[in-house]
Amino acid sequence: MSVKDRVIAIVAEQAVLEPSDVTLENTLEDLGIDSLGLVESIFAIEEEFDITIPFNANEPEKSDFDISSVATIIAGIETLVDGTPAA
Amino acid sequence: MKRVVITGAGTINALGHDVPQTLAAMKEGHCGIGPLEMRDVDRLAVQIGAQVRDFASDTIFNRQQLALYDRFTQFALIAAREALAQSGLKFSGALSAKSGVVLGNSGGGMQTLDENYRTVYEDGKNRVHPFVVPKLMNNAAASHISMEFNLKGPSFTVASACASSNHAMAQAFQMVRSGMAPVMITGGTESMLCFGGVKAWEGLRVMSKDACRPFSATRNGMVQGEGAGVFVFEEMDHAKARGAEILAEVIGFAMTSDAADIVMPSRQGASRAIAGALQDAGVNREEVGYINAHGTGTAANDKTECSAVADVFGPHADTLMMSSTKSMHGHLIGGTGAVELLACIMALRDGVIAPTIGYEEPDPECALDVVPNEAREASVDVVLSNAFAFGGLNAVLALRSV
Repeated sequence: MSVKDRVIAIVAEQAVLEPSDVTLENTLEDLGIDSLGLVESIFAIEEEFDITIPFNANEPEKSDFDISSVATIIAGIETLVDGTPAA
Repeated sequence: MKRVVITGAGTINALGHDVPQTLAAMKEGHCGIGPLEMRDVDRLAVQIGAQVRDFASDTIFNRQQLALYDRFTQFALIAAREALAQSGLKFSGALSAKSGVVLGNSGGGMQTLDENYRTVYEDGKNRVHPFVVPKLMNNAAASHISMEFNLKGPSFTVASACASSNHAMAQAFQMVRSGMAPVMITGGTESMLCFGGVKAWEGLRVMSKDACRPFSATRNGMVQGEGAGVFVFEEMDHAKARGAEILAEVIGFAMTSDAADIVMPSRQGASRAIAGALQDAGVNREEVGYINAHGTGTAANDKTECSAVADVFGPHADTLMMSSTKSMHGHLIGGTGAVELLACIMALRDGVIAPTIGYEEPDPECALDVVPNEAREASVDVVLSNAFAFGGLNAVLALRSV
């Protein structure tokens, strides 16, 4: 599975949706994921990819990790996983 | 002062997953203590306990709930659902704004602590699930009950070790009696039967390796249990106005502190609590027909408790009945007084006194009628429930039949 599919699977599970219902343009808010759901998603992603995501819930806008949509989350993870930006 | 009645009861413990199962087990003198089933049990010196068995939490709670609910919270919610269903109460408007939850608990989310300490210390992982804190905090159970039932008044958790539930119920009683709250949800919950929880108790060397035999000359210590008991305490006129079924009336309580020793009980501290509860309830000692004992099965507690009862009741101590149901459901620590209150309600409502099982041989230092081994039919009007905690914190409740 690609990084994209694995992230979508995690986000979908958190949102209690089918992966096919999650689009790249969705925000987490669109998907009904609240602040606790967000930290749980980040934890699940860290576990899945064995990475550490630089995210502080107090100042999400200052984090290097962009959580504004499913697409930006995937791009951030791809960078953390292999050090190269998403295509 | 308002009068306070109990209009709902719920439980889950080693004797049953609800009140009817638990009372039936108490009537039969069933023992809920057995071999512990947990990871690394072979490394424990104490390998028995009163565990809640056949408990499929994933059939009761969904995935998101399970991510947030430690076992002690799950127990509390199950008991609360039963109690609230029996009461028939729904909370909205002014009733919701004034009603709350006071629960007793000692260890908090010990299963969560145990699992996550393993993860970071034993497995060397550097990351834990983000809900560890909201899962293990002692007030999690009370908070989740407040959320599930829309209780927006005073809610908090009381920790006084083995007296936590009695202190909590005394607090809830006081709130309803004073008119501060029309309804309070109260009781206690505990789930300490994990490797670290049992290992810690083991260290104190007060645990039995074979059985809990309160008041018996052959007693050799306490046995841990787990579970929850939750009750609906309601202002009497409020309950009557809506035609609620009343299980019993709570008529008084007292709390004392030994101010003496962190583990050894004091006869004087216990006596003052028992006498204080009688005084608060405005009953004569001769009216008390049954006492649900603290009765841990340790050498120290049982003789001190019997001596305190003899002190307070004088010649009537030879007439009243006092049993320890810990012989059946184990010692639920912060949840114990709540499950034991069920035996008090059974005595008042059903006229059945729960036995002290495992009783083998009289102890001259515990020379009271401890209702050995078999339940007994008896008509009683006033009962007491004793709790004497480590730290010398005592709380006694008085109930009357309606």
